[in-house]
Amino acid sequence: MDPRSAIIPKRMESVRRIIAVAAGKGGVGKSSIACGLALALHDLGYGVGLLDLDFYGPSAHVILGVREDIRPQEEYGILPPTVDGIKFMSLVYYASEHPVPLRGLDLTNALIELLAITCWGPLDFLIIDMPPGLGEATLDLIRLLPRAEFLVVTTPSRVALATVRKLIELLKQQRVSLLGVLLNMQHADSSSLVISLEVPLLEALPFDPQWEAALGDRARLVRTLVYGRLREVAQKIQKIII
Amino acid sequence: MHEWALAEAVVATARRFAQEQKLHEVTLIKVRLGELQRIEREIFTAVLQQLLQQEAAPLKSARLSIEIESARFRCRLCAREWSLDETSASPEECEAIHFIPEMAHVYLRCLDCSSPDFEIVQGRGVWLAGLEGM
Ligand SMILES: Nc1ncnc2c1ncn2[C@@H]1O[C@H](COP(=O)(O)OP(=O)(O)O)[C@@H](O)[C@H]1O
Ligand SMILES: [Mg+2]
Ligand SMILES: [Zn+2]
Repeated sequence: MDPRSAIIPKRMESVRRIIAVAAGKGGVGKSSIACGLALALHDLGYGVGLLDLDFYGPSAHVILGVREDIRPQEEYGILPPTVDGIKFMSLVYYASEHPVPLRGLDLTNALIELLAITCWGPLDFLIIDMPPGLGEATLDLIRLLPRAEFLVVTTPSRVALATVRKLIELLKQQRVSLLGVLLNMQHADSSSLVISLEVPLLEALPFDPQWEAALGDRARLVRTLVYGRLREVAQKIQKIII
Repeated sequence: MHEWALAEAVVATARRFAQEQKLHEVTLIKVRLGELQRIEREIFTAVLQQLLQQEAAPLKSARLSIEIESARFRCRLCAREWSLDETSASPEECEAIHFIPEMAHVYLRCLDCSSPDFEIVQGRGVWLAGLEGM
């Protein structure tokens, strides 16, 4: 018997809400939005954790600018280090910048291990930066943390919409809470495209030329248009009661 | 001491099992520690004993049997098999594998073809091998 899954609910018992930032595709802005949203919720005064579950392409540490020498403390488990006020957990503490070639079962095993040993403590929000698609991480999250609420990201591109539609269908079938859709890198009047997804559009974010240059620097990130919009998203999310 | 977190998982699973099976008393908890994760048997035993003392009736007086299972790897490319003794890793790499055993795929390689695409056949981590009770 694998003992680890039984302890995961306890590890999350003082976490009020779990929000998974997911998408059908890569490159649509999940990590940017997960990090910006974590910062925005923290700036509203909430206790926030951020978990990077994109094991093949972790990015949250780059966006937040996590120093390379930062490591979790070990106590009665693993204590996520606090970065810019956010409790941040990622596999990069263990893999550094090496490739992490994991097959499905190994990926699930690593994910379960991480959830079983990480002690988040009291948090208002745990934001999860998801890998793209409908693979292990998505299925494992639905299985292991069924109370997670999903925030779905897409761009206005028809290829992104075609894939995100499948993710939304899966989440609805599995009766997962859907917070809404964020339309990222919006261009002129593309929000009508999202209506066809039959999920509320929470916010549209413009393409922000300042964003890339601000990566890794909290002071600059919070001055971007993207952060400004995500602050509004944070305000909406705090009012949604699931 | 992140062993504590894994020992808690063993106790939580044993507690749930005892409830499901309506056991009045769990007499024996059998745990296998995979060699790859390098958890000290003595440390794990001590932590588990401490946790069990804090438990209520069905688990409180359970005996422990804790075994180390040797680690074996098999390459998916060339079918070579090997054991943990045959590998080498730095202390930092061993520590990463201690926390997340799948980091073996980051730091260990097939001894013949250098592939990271190998199977951890046995001896990965903490496993609840059995429970006895009445
Ligand atoms: N609203 C935006 N404006 C400008 N650039 C953005 C925006 N959102 C994301 N990006 C950029 O797009 C790229 C992909 O974003 P990322 O957050 O890594 O996506 P994902 O996590 O979905 O793969 C990054 O270079 C990021 O800086
Ligand atoms: Mg990403
Ligand atoms: Zn090989």
